[in-house]
Amino acid sequence: MAKVLMKGNEALGAAAIKAGCRYFFGYPITPQNEVPEYMAREMPKAGGVFVQAESEVAAINMVYGAASTGARVMTSSSSPGISLKQEGLSYIAAAELPCLIVNMMRSGPGLGGIQPSQADYFQATRGGGNGDYYMPVFAPASVQELVDLVPLSFDLADEYRTPVMILGDGMIGQIMESVEFHEAPPRPLPSKEDWITVGTGEKRSPHIVNTLRIVPEVLEKFLNGYFNKLETIKQKECRWEEYGLEGAEIVLVAYGTTSRIVKSALASLAGEGIKAGLIRPITLWPYPQRAFDRIPPSAKALMSVEMSAGQMLDDVKIASAGRWPVHFFGRSGGMVPTPGEVAGAVKQLLGDRE
Amino acid sequence: MTTVQEKSRGLTGSEFSYCPGCTHGIIHRLVAENLVELGVLGQAIGIAPVGCAVFAYDFFNCDMLEAAHGRAPAVATGIKRVLQDNVVFTYQGDGDLAAIGTAETVHAAVRGENITIIFVNNAIYGMTGGQMAPTTLLGQKSTTTPAGRSRETQGAPIRVCEMLATIPGAASIARVSVDSPANVRKAKKAIKTAFETQIAKKGFSLVEVLSTCPTNWGLNPVESLSWLRTNMMPYYPLGTFRSPDEEAK
Repeated sequence: MAKVLMKGNEALGAAAIKAGCRYFFGYPITPQNEVPEYMAREMPKAGGVFVQAESEVAAINMVYGAASTGARVMTSSSSPGISLKQEGLSYIAAAELPCLIVNMMRSGPGLGGIQPSQADYFQATRGGGNGDYYMPVFAPASVQELVDLVPLSFDLADEYRTPVMILGDGMIGQIMESVEFHEAPPRPLPSKEDWITVGTGEKRSPHIVNTLRIVPEVLEKFLNGYFNKLETIKQKECRWEEYGLEGAEIVLVAYGTTSRIVKSALASLAGEGIKAGLIRPITLWPYPQRAFDRIPPSAKALMSVEMSAGQMLDDVKIASAGRWPVHFFGRSGGMVPTPGEVAGAVKQLLGDRE
Repeated sequence: MTTVQEKSRGLTGSEFSYCPGCTHGIIHRLVAENLVELGVLGQAIGIAPVGCAVFAYDFFNCDMLEAAHGRAPAVATGIKRVLQDNVVFTYQGDGDLAAIGTAETVHAAVRGENITIIFVNNAIYGMTGGQMAPTTLLGQKSTTTPAGRSRETQGAPIRVCEMLATIPGAASIARVSVDSPANVRKAKKAIKTAFETQIAKKGFSLVEVLSTCPTNWGLNPVESLSWLRTNMMPYYPLGTFRSPDEEAK
């Protein structure tokens, strides 16, 4: 298929429909409004359903209902709206329902602003709602990668019966880039027949989609099985990119939009004879800790670069396990760092170390 | 020997978790009997609330979901938009439907969502131990209105049917009671009309059922029925507020 120039939010919608998603429940919020608008236009043409819900709370619960029927379903929002979806997300995780949630992050806390941000990292990677749960979180760094991660996200959701989140930001949603829609490699997926609520036809006993497990022994038993599933996801689904690690004296860690800025910074540093590398997590949960085992002996320090006050920083520290000093550079409040600022932070750090 | 009455196969046979004298059991039976008599038990998908009926998924003999508090109409919307020929119903109490779930209820009606809501109003929070409900009557004591509900402090109770009747998408809206055999029969008929409205794809249907809570009202079952008639019925008049037969306004 030929390349087309598309805005991130619209490319997301196109990729979802192409991946077989036929149900979208959403609520307008900047900077992801092009997603519900695209779905309102295009879903009916694909024989699907778009519903503008009365709130993000309602939208995520519509997803809960639709996912219970076995349909491919998604919702999208941005930071304050994703906060409202956390109740539903906890229930969806507990009921083990497959679905896709997209967060095109804007700055916070509170109403914050509408510029790109990465300040929902904790919320996305630590569950976000109540209880002991996690969900796979993908962080695309380009519109092309966003489009490629959509079918994978739906497949992963079906394979593991889990909500999956794509964590973009206002930049990924709003930027126009050329994309190509690839056929996703076919992935064997489990049948949903033994759990979906579609009516018994009076031919089988009722299926029940439920998150109430009021007997502690029953809930703990469920959770032990659930944690085993999470462990499998951790073992099999980590994704990351290594960039310029060989001979690097410092390794930067960045995801999404920030990782692109870091790559530009690395190029200018290389021009000045400074060898710096990048680890770019593509899955934020599970966090690619194994990537850090591949950091060469030349590296003397790590630096997490984020559009937040330092959230992924915690995971970098956990992954570094005390092997390197871990530093941080970030802009927050919707400010996007420039390559020059990142390069400057690296030079200052290396200078300080000399 | 002739069988004159048997337990509906619309119920699983699991023992109800309701208190003695509570009318939830009657309402469950009416819903189940209607699903069987309309021939839609096999297509039915029910949604249990948070509240006393939280375990309803164990009682109805059809596919069931348990929703977050107040969110059942949104969950029902998600199901119904996928499975347009199935029969989707929620079973919700007054706190679930008229307090935390008000937005979901109102907007399911606004969309004319083809779902049926069984709304059980007993003017109190039962499961959590007798706190004020949005439908608690003025002067009625609860654990969070120890001096009785006052208009000045808590406002007057909400009349759900009257409110929903103002919404064009609400096709079938009725209030019934299960305080007497005659009213139980009327309640069954109203629930049937609601399901028929959905099956005919005429829009949103809701039946409010006035119900008792002997445990938290501090009355015995017989006194509770009397209290319902004396106190609830004057404020919550029985009747049909919207009928699928009338032209959509």
